[in-house]
Amino acid sequence: MKVTVYVRRRPDIADPQGTTVGRALRDLGFETVEKVRINRTIELDIGGTDPAVIEADVRTMCERLLANPVMEDFEVVVGE
Amino acid sequence: MKAAVVVFPGTNCEQDVVYALASLGVKAEMVWHRRTDLSEFTGVVLPGGFAHGDYLRTGAIARFSPIMSEVERLAGLGVPVLGICNGFQILCEAGLLPGVLTQNAGLRFICRPVHLQVTSTDSILTRAARVGQVLELPLNSYEGNYAADPVTFADMERDGRIVLQYSDPTGRVTEQANPNGSLENTAGITNRAGNVAGLMPHPERAIEDVLGSSDGRVLMESFAMSMRGAHA
Repeated sequence: MKVTVYVRRRPDIADPQGTTVGRALRDLGFETVEKVRINRTIELDIGGTDPAVIEADVRTMCERLLANPVMEDFEVVVGE
Repeated sequence: MKAAVVVFPGTNCEQDVVYALASLGVKAEMVWHRRTDLSEFTGVVLPGGFAHGDYLRTGAIARFSPIMSEVERLAGLGVPVLGICNGFQILCEAGLLPGVLTQNAGLRFICRPVHLQVTSTDSILTRAARVGQVLELPLNSYEGNYAADPVTFADMERDGRIVLQYSDPTGRVTEQANPNGSLENTAGITNRAGNVAGLMPHPERAIEDVLGSSDGRVLMESFAMSMRGAHA
């Protein structure tokens, strides 16, 4: 089953990459750009059929390795 | 008395750490990250580099290397554990030190000497130094921007757990002297017990005048002193 994990930097943690890209976009003339945050998408193929079990597993993976709770939040989406 | 210098795939400062400790009369041995028993060692150093390619986040994979449960065990026993640069990032990921190191403000890899002020001497990293002492050490990192949540950081400040801060050459801790955006110019910290410490600059590369600075010696000597007083 396909699972997508979105790992996002928490709002109170600075994102120098997003800030720099935002500035570059404004320099290119896209003056309406107010804020840019650059986040991470992780796509997994997981064996098994029970979406609840798979989601629970992936949430544990996020807590242990895929995200750092000190600076990141995560969201798990199970299914195509 | 012997220090373990942990080598992960991608570590690249292990030889310098062994050399620096040897020059202070401390026996140091490189140990591979798959090793699981460090009971013969009375100190541990996690050196700089790019452990496991820094994939995912710096230190994120290294934190689960087999050796890390043993490092955690020794840290719990009070054995001195020092993380330099990438080693500092690994200790933060492992939860042995609070906070996180993220990309430099300005998004540039920084490779130049910086000045630091010793803020507290209550750690294995600074016990031989004096408060207010200014050191010049090389900084060599892209992810050296220290961040922590406000509650944690306030606790750390209150307990004197910020041990080194980026400063100007006269020891003034100013925004201009902050090379990478670190919270309150934080360059080095310690845990509550004072036996685990980490810093972004490289003291092991500044131990002889011929290297441009010998200011790192007092920090490496602090670690050596702590090892002499530690029980494994």
